[in-house]
Amino acid sequence: MKSTKSKEHQLQRRRYSARNLWAGILFGLGLVGFIDEVVFHQLLHWHHFYDKSTSDIGLVSDGLFHAFSWFATIGSSFMLADLHRRNAFWLKRWIGGILLGGGAFQLYDGIIQHKWMRLHQIRYNVDIRPYDWIWNLIAAGMIIVGVILIVRTQNRALSREA
Amino acid sequence: MVSNHSFDHGAGMSGASVSWTSWDLFIGGLIFAFLILLYMVAARVSNRNYRTWPVYRYLCWVAGMLCVGLPLIGPLARLAPTNFTIHMLGHLLLGMLGPLLIAFSTPMTLLLRSTPLLFARRIARLLKSKPAQIVAHPAVAALLNIGGLWVLYTTGLFMDMHHSLLLHIVVHFHVFAAGYIFTVSMIYVDVAPHRHSFQARAIILVIAIAGHGILSKYIYAHPPDGVPSEQAKLGGMLMYYGGDAIELILVFWLCMQWYKSARPRPAASILQALD
Repeated sequence: MKSTKSKEHQLQRRRYSARNLWAGILFGLGLVGFIDEVVFHQLLHWHHFYDKSTSDIGLVSDGLFHAFSWFATIGSSFMLADLHRRNAFWLKRWIGGILLGGGAFQLYDGIIQHKWMRLHQIRYNVDIRPYDWIWNLIAAGMIIVGVILIVRTQNRALSREA
Repeated sequence: MVSNHSFDHGAGMSGASVSWTSWDLFIGGLIFAFLILLYMVAARVSNRNYRTWPVYRYLCWVAGMLCVGLPLIGPLARLAPTNFTIHMLGHLLLGMLGPLLIAFSTPMTLLLRSTPLLFARRIARLLKSKPAQIVAHPAVAALLNIGGLWVLYTTGLFMDMHHSLLLHIVVHFHVFAAGYIFTVSMIYVDVAPHRHSFQARAIILVIAIAGHGILSKYIYAHPPDGVPSEQAKLGGMLMYYGGDAIELILVFWLCMQWYKSARPRPAASILQALD
């Protein structure tokens, strides 16, 4: 009984492997956006609401990203619920997606928004370099671990099929 | 309903003052009381032939009327012209929360159920007509809603609105109507003859949320004519975070509708099992 059940689960999560990945990526995006908002804006007050030296394109980019991560957090939670009701949830692949999505957002924020567009900085009136390094290295680390998890869950799906 | 003549003497928002008569308040209050009563009567008519009208919809209607009424005739209307932060609170109620609550009270369904058949058919035909289809298209509704706000806060319209009673009424009507049409074009809680895919609505909603957020920050940095910087900053932040809170409900509802529509069909899973 148990073996047929888990076999069905294997089948289902392989069938919905892409949805597991996307649910994770979108949740990761939203999660980092949320941490950014709550921890850095509201709790630490490191970030400013808007530092006024921003270019117009930076403002648009930030607005689109905020809107997208707002949507993604909720949308991915419903995707997660959908995977559970289909018995197709794949924890490892989902976490891989979170790390990839969250890391990509953080790296984008750290390189494009902070450095290239100069939209805002992590902190003001301090030597910014250590903050930038830590921020971007954590982002790169998340992406690497995320990709490893995604590749590993992919290989298993293929080897099972073969 | 609003006495605007006193604005003529003010140098800007901060210099303006409104002479508020109890007469305005009385007439305005009467209109909203009438609308609430009308809804109750219509619901009773509907109860004769259909399933009992749910209590939450009465509550949504009354709360929606309050949200719309406060910035138009209540204390918020009196304070809004002199205080931009209060104005923005009124905007959130009139253009976002009010329309959302009214949408959830499903006034169109009620109208179709409680009016004589011929009249109801005429309304249904109107809702299905080409112009209605265009205005209620998610992209058009979003443009009317967010685009209208951009025009209001980045041109001289915001100042002009305080000098002309007609303009004042038109702008407030537009803020409410565009907010309402946008809401019902995004989430289908009431009658919706022309439906669009979840993906299309999701993309347009993200763009609309972005447009709202960007405008909030723009107002923060560039106060509309006559608005002191401190008030613009507070108002911009209120618009940003308040907008987020109400958009959260829209996004949640839209995604929930996807979740319900995408549920695995029992018949399909039996077929898969047989496979």
